[in-house]
Amino acid sequence: MMLARVRAFFAELDVLEVETPIAGRSAGTDPQVEPVRARYTGPGASAGTALYLQTSPEFAMKRLLADGSGPIYQVCKAFRDGEAGRLHNPEFTILEWYRPGLDLGVLIEETLQLIRLVLSRGELAAATYRYADLFRRFLDVDVFAATPDALRATAIARGVAGAETLDLDTDGWLDLLMSHVIQPRLGGDRLDVVVEFPASQAALARHNPDGHTAARFEIFHQGVELANGSQELGDPEEQAARFEADNRARRSAGRQTVRVDQALLDALQAGLPDCVGVAVGLDRLLMLSLGRADLDSVISFSFGRC
Amino acid sequence: MATYNTNEFRGGLKLLLDGDPCTIIENEFVKPGKGQAFNRVKLRNLKTGRVLEKTFKSGESVEAADVIDRDLQYLYNDGEFWHFMDAESFEQYQADENAVAEAAKWIKDQDVCLVTLWNGSPIAVEAPNFVVLEITETDPGLKGDTSGGGGKPATLETGAVVRVPLFVQTGEKIKVDTRTGDYVSRVKDE
Repeated sequence: MMLARVRAFFAELDVLEVETPIAGRSAGTDPQVEPVRARYTGPGASAGTALYLQTSPEFAMKRLLADGSGPIYQVCKAFRDGEAGRLHNPEFTILEWYRPGLDLGVLIEETLQLIRLVLSRGELAAATYRYADLFRRFLDVDVFAATPDALRATAIARGVAGAETLDLDTDGWLDLLMSHVIQPRLGGDRLDVVVEFPASQAALARHNPDGHTAARFEIFHQGVELANGSQELGDPEEQAARFEADNRARRSAGRQTVRVDQALLDALQAGLPDCVGVAVGLDRLLMLSLGRADLDSVISFSFGRC
Repeated sequence: MATYNTNEFRGGLKLLLDGDPCTIIENEFVKPGKGQAFNRVKLRNLKTGRVLEKTFKSGESVEAADVIDRDLQYLYNDGEFWHFMDAESFEQYQADENAVAEAAKWIKDQDVCLVTLWNGSPIAVEAPNFVVLEITETDPGLKGDTSGGGGKPATLETGAVVRVPLFVQTGEKIKVDTRTGDYVSRVKDE
């Protein structure tokens, strides 16, 4: 039912449905997103080769875009190691789509429409906030100037228990304040769009010309993060540098590095059209559309029962 | 020093926080899609009974508290300590006023209580859910009153005071729910 609506939505927009491999020889390097690892041995890899279960279909879809696919969408499984809880399951369903030539603002509107459609709440109002404005408004914090110590003091003042002893960098503190203090107040009976994340949290979004923000947005409803989108980074050198920086961060944290996706870099080299893209957590969207409080009640066999 | 990783967190796990043993009541995994993961935990301090919250960075390790619950038989009170015994090993334990707390009102020798031991010493004592105690003092009630309406205070052999129906008299034994302190019924001697 939900999937039928999603497919009708994209058929209307003339966006092509695609399928890409779930298991691949490389994966995203983001130090905050850990892939589940697998192994293949057999024809084509007699000595065995490491495989990653995708954390999102982003790279493969960008390769299609660079190959001239035009607008595409995909509904698929993605996997993230270490993530299980009320709003997380290590295996989950992503709806991801890319729109060459569109503005980020247009994509945000399109995403809001899709969410309203699945929630059967066509009238649901939306508001947009800059990341920095939220921190100024709720916490009186300047995200571009605040030091880890100042952010710790803010967390303590806001009653985040345990903040005294946490060891976090600036982005870690911002994540803490966002998830503990700001996010619960977002998207009550609305859809709240947060835009212009700090450049340090760009993920695979382009940096904005202002030099300190990234063209990335997230959408929240009832305090739940539903969508994450961006103006996609197309510069192969910048992409290679981010992969490198991510793996450096992984090494210094004593964590396994992730094999860099050379095919993606080659595709960017060949030319990714100017495009915007977004991923929506379909399990969470289904959960909210059914008025449930946890993913377990909308996944047939969640982790622990699978 | 035994520790638990946040990945092992679940209800009932015992941690040592700021020197006090605590038990996890609720553990929520919180993580922005592209950000740092946290465990937001609600705990009960087993010494004070107070509920507290604490946020940990996911993947951190936290010191474990050596806490176990054991059924122990209450022996006697020496004026300062309440003495308990493990009926199997015959090992004895003494619990102070803080540990026994409310249970002191209800227990008498031979009662089997659930005792929480931290590093081998009692820190909490739970009286049996139902106890049978003799009334040592209560006003004589009116004849013919058989209903539960109204009631009157009655002092029990342990010193606890409960409300009982008017027809219940001094010297009789009654059954009390220790969780609520409510009278349940009269108990006839065999």
